[in-house]
Amino acid sequence: MGLATFIGGVHPYEGKELSMEHPITVLQPNGVEMVFPLSQHIGAPAKPLVAVGDEVLVGQIIAEAGGFISANVVSSVSGKVKKIEPRRVANGSMVNSIIIENDKEYRAVEGFGKKRDYTKLSKDEIRKIVKDAGIVGLGGAAFPTHVKLSPKNENEIDYIIVNGAECEPYLTSDYRLMMEEPEKLVEGLKIILRLFPNAKGIIGIENNKPEAIAKIKKLVQNESKIEVVELYTKYPQGGERSLIFACTGRKLNSSLLPADVGCIVDNTDTVISIYNAVAESTPLIRRIVTITGDAVTTPQNFKVRTGTNYQELIEAAGGFKTEPKKVLSGGPMMGQALFTLDIPVTKSSSSITTFVEDEVEENPETPCIKCGRCIDVCPSYLVPVLMMDKALNDDTEGFEKLNGMECVECGSCAYVCPAKRPLTQGFKYMRQAVAAKRRAEAAKKEGK
Amino acid sequence: MAGKFNVSSSPHVRDNSSTANIMKDVCIAMIPTLAFGCFQFGLSALIVVICTVLACVLAEYLYEKIMNKPVTIGDFSAVVTGLILALNMPPQIPVWMPILGGVFAIIVVKQLYGGLGQNFMNPALAARCFMLISFAGSMTNFSSVAMKYDSSSTPTPLAFLKAKGITDALEQYNLVNIFLGRIPGTIGEVSTIALLIGAIYLVVRKVISLRIPLIYIATVAVFVFLFGDHNPTTVLYHVLSGGLIFGAFFMATDYVSSPVTKMGQVYFAIFIGILTGLFRLFGGNAEGVSYAIIIGNVVAPLIEKATLPKAFGREAKKA
Repeated sequence: MGLATFIGGVHPYEGKELSMEHPITVLQPNGVEMVFPLSQHIGAPAKPLVAVGDEVLVGQIIAEAGGFISANVVSSVSGKVKKIEPRRVANGSMVNSIIIENDKEYRAVEGFGKKRDYTKLSKDEIRKIVKDAGIVGLGGAAFPTHVKLSPKNENEIDYIIVNGAECEPYLTSDYRLMMEEPEKLVEGLKIILRLFPNAKGIIGIENNKPEAIAKIKKLVQNESKIEVVELYTKYPQGGERSLIFACTGRKLNSSLLPADVGCIVDNTDTVISIYNAVAESTPLIRRIVTITGDAVTTPQNFKVRTGTNYQELIEAAGGFKTEPKKVLSGGPMMGQALFTLDIPVTKSSSSITTFVEDEVEENPETPCIKCGRCIDVCPSYLVPVLMMDKALNDDTEGFEKLNGMECVECGSCAYVCPAKRPLTQGFKYMRQAVAAKRRAEAAKKEGK
Repeated sequence: MAGKFNVSSSPHVRDNSSTANIMKDVCIAMIPTLAFGCFQFGLSALIVVICTVLACVLAEYLYEKIMNKPVTIGDFSAVVTGLILALNMPPQIPVWMPILGGVFAIIVVKQLYGGLGQNFMNPALAARCFMLISFAGSMTNFSSVAMKYDSSSTPTPLAFLKAKGITDALEQYNLVNIFLGRIPGTIGEVSTIALLIGAIYLVVRKVISLRIPLIYIATVAVFVFLFGDHNPTTVLYHVLSGGLIFGAFFMATDYVSSPVTKMGQVYFAIFIGILTGLFRLFGGNAEGVSYAIIIGNVVAPLIEKATLPKAFGREAKKA
């Protein structure tokens, strides 16, 4: 048995060498306008706590969680609330946002940045700090972290898995954090472990990051409850289900949460953010963003305040050396294609990936020849070729029967398809249709 | 900047595979067989191959032009169909017959059902079966000017085996000659060694997996051993002749007409293996690969439905 991994998956060009040796540079916003969408997490939008004209400080909660599954939004600058209005976000939709005029003085709330001895905090105090800090899953899904840290029975959690796989091509922000702030990562994990008496910590890292593995292994050599698991480099190794399987051998499906099989998975940056909030009284107001791809002049990693405009990041990286055909928020496998750069950095903005050529455009679709490669690579053991038939016929029932809801939208099937069919796109559409149908049925039932 | 970038759904990268490349690989894999066929059977074989391939490609081009569809001859699938069909022809067949067969394969079996990917039978095989019925005499006349075989005295090894038994059959065509291909037969089925070189290429290039071919051949071997004369030499004779190797690696593995699920491929291979054995031992004909695969093609969608894999974690329950 070699390295821990899962069955299926693909090996796309990694592209990490473009930016992986560039240390994180702090980038202060140039522009005055900072945009804070009220919905930058999964769940209900946050409710604004400030009104137009109010003065806000760095670290101030400007919007509070709008439901059980929701998260606070914290200001990253000091200044005046200028407007509250819908603004475009990375996924293309308009989201109600608080717009703050940055006075560039960065006056902070009282106690901001103060060191705190987390060993003296109770479990509930830790959870409250995490909630107040507005921390969400920073790997991309942006699920509120305080909810994850509050399972029904904390004694039944056996593993806290830190997701250091960073399997998405081109992204290096987590890698840089592991290289530059490994102590914080380990301390953050220790904070989480305090909440779960029976849990063991696992830090899973893909073996294309040997230096990070060595560094963290050294740090945890005397930690009896923490182990580094070297993962085979394969996409989507960092997918939650793939990662849990690789690290623990446990399997879960779409109807289960990791906590149902005794696991909690947190991304590298999430764990560091927990450390920052709990031990250094610093809420989530910054994001590490990788600027990369073949169109940008100097690919690199920035530490920026949330709310900063994407355009500024591109400019700070020297602008485009070649005009890009495609710009992504995120990496090439799961990122969102952007049609404008007038978008704010949010909690889960992992990267801006720029491409001179658009491979999707260059590979027109041809008929399916049923080669079955999509089946070979599906990490959920599905049959994409048959699911696509259902998607094209808008057959939600047939799609569900083929376990379409188990699709994790990783994109592996579309990546390997020799006929270049937009499989993942079809499945995203169907999964939304099925989810909407289920919601309507549930509402109907309640109505009775 | 607004509106200047392309927008599409993820993923935004594609690997470098393509249908055309897969089809080209299949063509390349048939080159050794083709070369051996032409070397052994001479010019007549080469003419059959060229005419059949041209007929297939032209039929596809003209049909698509007339029907106002995008022309897809660039994907090489018509070339593959033409090659497989031609390699299934006896070397001395009147050339108009395979030309007609090629047109039938492309127009009737492939295009009328919707073109590439929609045909439920392997077009080349369906055309061969059509020709076996229509031109039974010419299709089973394996005389060859170059090999100095004439029609009256030279049945194929399997026909010889069926009529006279293994001892006499071995005297007529020994196993070494069968392995090399120094026997009468269709242009492409005779040389096991040439076929295996192509098969290895396909496996190395990951165009085919060994699942269907190996299980198919093994099933035929077991069947022949159990229900034949229990003689391992007879089993070997069966495996190496009658187009089993050609069918197993180049026809049963056709993506479109075989099941797409892994377990489905296992059952499919066993099914066509049993059919081949049945046809060979108990049927009126000495051979049976083409008919077995064609029937397997028809059953493939049903097999597929019954063998859907279990999704990852389906069995998981709340702890």
